[in-house]
Amino acid sequence: MSSIILSTATRFLLPLLLLLSVYLLFRGHNEPGGGFVGGLVAASAFSLYMIAFNVEKARRILRIDPRSLMGAGLFLASVSAWISLLQGRPFMTGIWVEKVFPVIGKVGTPFLFDVGVYLVVIGVSLTILFTMAEE
Amino acid sequence: MIYALLAGFAVGLLAPVAVRALRDRARWLITLLPLGLFTYFSHYVPRIQSGERIFFHYSWLPDLEIGLSLCLDGLSLLFALLITVVGAIVCAYSGEYLSGHRDLGRFYATLLAFMASMLGVVLSDNLIALFVFWELTSVTSYVLIGFDHEREAARSSALQALLVTGLGGLTLLAAFLLMKQVTGTFETSAMLQGASQLTASPLYPAIFFLILAGAATKSAQIPFHFWLPNAMEAPTPVSTYLHAATMVKAGVYLLARFSPILGGTELWQNWIIPLGAGTMVTGAWLALVQKDLKRILACTTVSALGICVLLIGMGTPTSLHACMLFLAAHGLYKGGLFLVAGIIDHETGTRDAEDLGRLGRAMPLTCAAAFLTALSSAGVYPFLGFIGKELLYESTLNASLPFLFTSSAVFTGMVFVTMGGIVAVRPFFRGDAQLPKIPHEPPPGMWLGPLVFGSLGLLLGLFPGILHSSLIVPAVHASLGQSVALEHPAWHGWDLKLLLSIGSLLAGGAVFWKWSIVRKFLAGWSIFRQVGPAALYDSSLTLLEVIARRQTRFFQSGRLNIYLLTVVLTAVAFLSWALSRDELSVSDLLLHRWRDVRLYEAIIAVVLLTSTVIAVKADSLLVAIVALGVVGYSVALVFLLFSAPDLAMTQFAIETLSVILLMLVLFRLPRLKNLSRRRNRLRDGIIALSAGAVTALLVLAVNASRGGGKIVTFYAENSLVLAKGRNVVNVILVDFRGFDTLGEITVLTVAAIGVYSLVKLRVPSGEEGDR
Repeated sequence: MSSIILSTATRFLLPLLLLLSVYLLFRGHNEPGGGFVGGLVAASAFSLYMIAFNVEKARRILRIDPRSLMGAGLFLASVSAWISLLQGRPFMTGIWVEKVFPVIGKVGTPFLFDVGVYLVVIGVSLTILFTMAEE
Repeated sequence: MIYALLAGFAVGLLAPVAVRALRDRARWLITLLPLGLFTYFSHYVPRIQSGERIFFHYSWLPDLEIGLSLCLDGLSLLFALLITVVGAIVCAYSGEYLSGHRDLGRFYATLLAFMASMLGVVLSDNLIALFVFWELTSVTSYVLIGFDHEREAARSSALQALLVTGLGGLTLLAAFLLMKQVTGTFETSAMLQGASQLTASPLYPAIFFLILAGAATKSAQIPFHFWLPNAMEAPTPVSTYLHAATMVKAGVYLLARFSPILGGTELWQNWIIPLGAGTMVTGAWLALVQKDLKRILACTTVSALGICVLLIGMGTPTSLHACMLFLAAHGLYKGGLFLVAGIIDHETGTRDAEDLGRLGRAMPLTCAAAFLTALSSAGVYPFLGFIGKELLYESTLNASLPFLFTSSAVFTGMVFVTMGGIVAVRPFFRGDAQLPKIPHEPPPGMWLGPLVFGSLGLLLGLFPGILHSSLIVPAVHASLGQSVALEHPAWHGWDLKLLLSIGSLLAGGAVFWKWSIVRKFLAGWSIFRQVGPAALYDSSLTLLEVIARRQTRFFQSGRLNIYLLTVVLTAVAFLSWALSRDELSVSDLLLHRWRDVRLYEAIIAVVLLTSTVIAVKADSLLVAIVALGVVGYSVALVFLLFSAPDLAMTQFAIETLSVILLMLVLFRLPRLKNLSRRRNRLRDGIIALSAGAVTALLVLAVNASRGGGKIVTFYAENSLVLAKGRNVVNVILVDFRGFDTLGEITVLTVAAIGVYSLVKLRVPSGEEGDR
């Protein structure tokens, strides 16, 4: 059931959706958005690709095994939680870098944590979807 | 101080590496740690002697008032020195005893971790820290008893010890929390200031019994005494260290520590004195029946622990003096006796007292060491054990029921004489023997230990002043809570207690002479095996298993609809119970301006309801899934209309993904069929409707009581100030409640791994029959 319209559109939609998901992640701290919804959007982008082509191709364009994404995300989130201990403050205290970066905005451990959530959500959704689709 | 406390854990981690690199030489390196700690603690002796108490505070969980606050006073110093000196000897000894064992590294690691936790128990001032170290000693002792984990007996004894002492640990935690409730602090030293507060409180009996349970399980008091003889499955160095010199005395330590805070009441004396006296006699009685060297020693240890508890229960300066001195003397001679038993076992291959004999010529040095410890155990002048026994008799003679307590103490003293002889004299001089192996003198690392113990017993007995003023007096002061003048133990001349001492010595000698006959006679009517607490333990364990199996079968039926039913019904039941307690009238709930409903809101509501009905009524799965999708998107629209853009976005994305997922699964599922009976469908329908109704009520109730919501304003006001973000929802997720989110993403990951392994990692069809 390959549709030329869908596959052609997906080629253009995938980067746009990914861009949107990253945008949602970055602006999440001050405006609607955040790692969770950003991750979901990214996951839907890849699942769109999966429907338009097939699981093989979706996996290939993702490059990384979604299972590793889960691990990486969890690792990042927990690392961000431990950073405050190095400064002698309680576990998970938010620590912010003074300097404001262009585009990204302020950078701090909660942001790092959100990136972790983003990766876990992509990893979990795609692990489940790909597994189901391959069966 | 904290480095001294934690050094055991750190060195323990390195021990396996050291053993692998240096093989047998590693033990000398490892022995340096307890030796160094011993030196470290002894340099505090002059300061403690002058009556000082030294505090160290390290912040841990300041919000919960839990800190690693340590306090070094006479009592903890006495224990710390005992722990480190016995630790050093045991470390050196185990290197020989377990020489070449493949798990020697692991053994040292656990042994040192145990030493550190034991130091933690006696040094902690904060009760929660004490509890943590207390449980650590239980856990490490579990690993040590079960060291020989390939034997079933070792495993089950380890589990028994863990369950009994672990249970006591939990009652201790409960007691500590109650104490905090009464006094408002977790610091023992602070409780000492307002000591009467605790004894006057209505919670006092509860606190007392919980503490007593903790102490009695750890120190093997009746009816919990059975775990200690069974723990003899452990390698002998472990028995020496844990079950003679240190861990089992933690309960005694605890009672001594709390005696100024909780003691002095009628309840205290009425329970602790009989408990200690009963244990003392039971242990001595049980010792007479045994013929395994280690079990004999374990039973006399139970008896000795009973003596300590009895003396603390009396609570007079003399009795506490006796307790502290006896504690030190017992630690030294019992440690020595255990090591001797270990040597005999190691060299001959048996621990059966009926088979042993003629070892004197083969191992003269061991024999000398054994002799010294046995004399101290028997309480012969001028050994340290003699002073301990004198003070014990003096305390019982001044007690409320002098005849009863003195006669049981004399009986116990007699058994100590006999059993010291059975373990340390008879195997060396008895005329005939049946030995599996031909014995030789062990290497110096082994006989050195008991020799040191024995000589210390003699030395400290000859010069009692050394121990008296430096350690015993400060320890007595700490457990009394005040300082009193204590008589210097010395030769008292001929008096009643000396006569009693000589009497027990002679009686013990007589029983020793005819031991085989006495033992067989007594063993004939030991009925405790069938009805004793050990049997109760076994049957309660079996019962627990039966309950667990039934419960698992009940809750884990393996059917999805039962699981769903359980979850939904539980939620409905609790929620409706909580709601019914809330005093909300119907008008409160429905206050919400019906007239304000806009047309588009009504349309969404209609769409929601219609698609729900369609989903339920659908004949094909495809229709049902699409209808469910419509429900989800409509909910997202509701979020959007009521200014929750974050939720709306997330709901849209989730809904999309779940429709895709359901579509993927769809093709694998059979066609929809009407399988369940009408009655079941009715039941499910009612449950579903009530769940919906309760949820709706909940939402209305939350809205009606919004007024006092401090949380809402807190988050709204502090989001930018504290967390530097304007999006409150996201700030809550990643900062204020970030810990929850960390848990959630972990759960998500586990769920994904679960899906993956369920679908992908199937058991090949050929192997399925095995499961």
